[in-house]
Amino acid sequence: MSPEKLDLLQGTLDLMVLKTLAAMGSLHGYGIARRIEQVSGDELLLNQGTIYASLVRLQQRGWISAEWGLSENNRKAKFYSITRSGRKQLVEDTAYWNRLSRVMGRMLASAPEGER
Amino acid sequence: MSAMREMLNRWRSFFRKPERDRELDAEIAGHLELAVEENMRRGMAAGEARRQALIRFGGVAQARERQREARGLPWPDELLQDLRYTVRTLRRDRGFALIAVFILALGIGANITVFSVVHTILLRPLPFHDPERLVRILSKAAGGGESSMTYSADATEAFQRRNRSFASVTGYYAFSSSDNLKLMGRGQPLPVTGVMVAGNFFATLGVKPLLGRLFLPADCVHGSRPAALLSHGFWKRQFAADPGIVGRPVDFNGIAVTVIGVLPESFDFGSVFSPGAKADLFWPVIFDDIRDEGNAVALVGRLKPGVSLAQAQAEADLLFPGLPFALKHPNWSGDYTGRLLGLKDYVSGKWRRSLLVLWCAVGLILLIVCVNLSNLLLARTAARGKEFAMRRALGARRRRLVRQLLTESLVLSGAGAMLGLGLAFAAAAYLAHQGAIALPLLSSVRIDGAALLWTLLVAGIAAVLFGLAPGLKVSSSDLQEALKDGAGHGASAGRRHERMRSALTVAEIALACMLLVGAGLLLRSFLRLLDVDLGFQPSHAATVRVDYDDGGDAAKRMAIWQEILRRVEAIPGIETAGISDNLPMSRNRSWPISAKGKEYRKGELQATFVYIISPGYLHAIGMRLIQGRDLLWSDGPKAAKVVIVNQTVARRLWPGEDPIGRIARVSGSDAQVIGVVADVRESSVEGDPGWQMYLPAAQWGAEGAQLVVRTRLPPETMASRVMNELRQMNPAQPATEFRPVQQLVDHVLSPRRFFVLLVSLFAALGLILASLGIYGVISYSVTQQTQAIGIRMALGATQARVRLAVIAQTLRLALAGIAVGALASLGVATLIASLLFATPATDPPTFLAMFLVLGAVALLAGYLPARRASRIDPMIALRSE
Repeated sequence: MSPEKLDLLQGTLDLMVLKTLAAMGSLHGYGIARRIEQVSGDELLLNQGTIYASLVRLQQRGWISAEWGLSENNRKAKFYSITRSGRKQLVEDTAYWNRLSRVMGRMLASAPEGER
Repeated sequence: MSAMREMLNRWRSFFRKPERDRELDAEIAGHLELAVEENMRRGMAAGEARRQALIRFGGVAQARERQREARGLPWPDELLQDLRYTVRTLRRDRGFALIAVFILALGIGANITVFSVVHTILLRPLPFHDPERLVRILSKAAGGGESSMTYSADATEAFQRRNRSFASVTGYYAFSSSDNLKLMGRGQPLPVTGVMVAGNFFATLGVKPLLGRLFLPADCVHGSRPAALLSHGFWKRQFAADPGIVGRPVDFNGIAVTVIGVLPESFDFGSVFSPGAKADLFWPVIFDDIRDEGNAVALVGRLKPGVSLAQAQAEADLLFPGLPFALKHPNWSGDYTGRLLGLKDYVSGKWRRSLLVLWCAVGLILLIVCVNLSNLLLARTAARGKEFAMRRALGARRRRLVRQLLTESLVLSGAGAMLGLGLAFAAAAYLAHQGAIALPLLSSVRIDGAALLWTLLVAGIAAVLFGLAPGLKVSSSDLQEALKDGAGHGASAGRRHERMRSALTVAEIALACMLLVGAGLLLRSFLRLLDVDLGFQPSHAATVRVDYDDGGDAAKRMAIWQEILRRVEAIPGIETAGISDNLPMSRNRSWPISAKGKEYRKGELQATFVYIISPGYLHAIGMRLIQGRDLLWSDGPKAAKVVIVNQTVARRLWPGEDPIGRIARVSGSDAQVIGVVADVRESSVEGDPGWQMYLPAAQWGAEGAQLVVRTRLPPETMASRVMNELRQMNPAQPATEFRPVQQLVDHVLSPRRFFVLLVSLFAALGLILASLGIYGVISYSVTQQTQAIGIRMALGATQARVRLAVIAQTLRLALAGIAVGALASLGVATLIASLLFATPATDPPTFLAMFLVLGAVALLAGYLPARRASRIDPMIALRSE
């Protein structure tokens, strides 16, 4: 494993957010960010701030909804949850992602390995 | 579906920006608190917990910016921000903004002006109905001036009947001279120019009267009541735009002429058919009255729909040789040919190349302006390196910074375009009133919709051109490097930067070189033209149209002429005087001449310009009698007919013989050659002189009379005394213009003068801009090297050494620019070769002179920074960092 953290590919963060919300139910931004960091085992280079662009994008597409509530420390926080069309999108994106990673895996396995 | 919803939401967010921003800030604040609390639970101190939280968050400002981009309408949102920011920065850097806008205004203004001239003359259709179908019919024969481009009344009517290609064929009387009428009954008789046109002239062009009606067939028969149409300008000037004038009689030359209508403002006969001349009114040419005049009608036709020019030409080739010259004399041949030319081509065809050259020149100016600004902006960008790095650190993306720079250039070029448009408006208005420039349609030059579109295009292109280099520069710069204190950027970046600016400067010098060489060649041609031996002496001569009533009797005419000349010559300051019906460089007409008793092959003879003159005219206009004698008053109506020919005629008709005393056939009569005069450039300065002959007014009917006086004093000072004398003799003498003969020459040269002036102006502008560019680059590099120069001086370099080094740097740039420019100039020169006169396209003196000028200006531009460099105090320079 290279010591550098992985850069996020364009669009992957959106999918991660959807998946997190599908698995965990309602969460606030910090919760989502922490969850992604935990699941990724700290291999991801994630600036937590970038999650807010992703959240607003998903919300405006109607895939997640948001409402203000109280956090565990009794402060106002915005809680996000996945909508029905968000779940549908998650299924589609997951299938797409799986196919893509299979193809990438095959590609890279078959290529001559000049690097080593 | 989701895309539509997203767009909707983006719009909503755009208009609820403050609210959304507040929500986001609250969310981020909550996020950070949660993170801090978690860190503290893990045992961090409060400060460290906060620090770690912020690190993990990764830049609050950046996150906010990204979220805004994702949720709103980035484009208009950021545009507004960029604009606001731009105005702020430019206001802070007012000097730079003013210079940039001013330079741009010059470049863009010149471009709009030239575009509107090109558009008016070359691109815009003529102001007639369906102008593409209008055709001018000319003779295929060379030489002979107007007469050989016109047709007799009988030939015109025969062609009108026989052709199948034209919906209608019309024409105008080609020999209506200026000020040929007198408007009476309103104080002093007023000279007025009336043009005779065929009855269907306006209908064929598709010109509709503003008031009243056009000519009817009944107006165009012998004995009909005289009728006239007024031009719009004349109507406004003389009749105060009184609509009641229609139907009223007006006294011209003592004849009551009924005004049947007024033409629209858009119709300008002069600007289309005889540039630089005015036409005040139109009356019908009555074909029965001009049957004996020979060729007099200039033909214009409107093609039938579906008939091509080539088809019409094929028909004309069949028809024209068979057209009758005069039905009364069936055996006289008109030798007609017909060359069909689209009216637009006829009007503007010969100016196409000049105008395109002008257009290119002004395009070069714009390029130079762009390069110059690019250079200025580059220097500014370098100075603003830290500002940009700061903005990036605060969350602006690279794209955003480039867009910011492009916004700045757009704002600059927009402001330049506005100011340039103002300049162009003024210039166009000025040009439209330059009646003295013999360019067609010039009077209708204006800034119209097309010019405005062109402005937008030019401003946009300019903004991209000069904004591009700085934009690239910013997007490639290194954040870390730029944020560091001190130099701002590393030495290698600085060198790259300088190389870019040097390349731009070299390009600028090369462009200026092309302009200079082009202008130099045109200028030299023009100077050569001014040196041409015209065959007459325009200086110290003036001319005025005289009016008299001889009742068509030659003896009476000669008595009147003799009296006029006697009295005018008696005025102190007048050296001599003479009269001719036509003058060189103005109206002309031609008749045949041949040596009696010789047979000629077809094409061997040429239509010959005819001047019907008084004794003394040759001397008054300053022509040179080579052989034989001038006319005498004794060459009267009853005496043997005589003729004076020019050298060309003498050489062609009597090659190797003495022409004096020979008998020539002149327009069907015998006349003895009594003199030979030097060739006169009768129609243009550039062209070779044609065949010319001079006939006594006692023996031939003159068409009007132009008095020519040769003065000892400047001609203008004699005007009132000559006019007084004429009015004493003939109270009906109209207040015609007393004008220097030089004006005739100037008029013919005016288009060329116009082009040369403009191109030289552009070249001068290019030179100034290029020198500014050189100055900017050298000056900047001296500033950059202040320390290095200080060290060298501390180590013993003399002031002269330092100065020399800077000047050498300038010279390197200038030489590179001139070398590139010289090659490009060769291309330019071959392009404009056909516009040159007596100057080879590769004229070495011109090239050399222009290189020297450019080099000298470059040196001057480099000298100022060099002097500054040599005055650097090493102590101060070394201490400054």
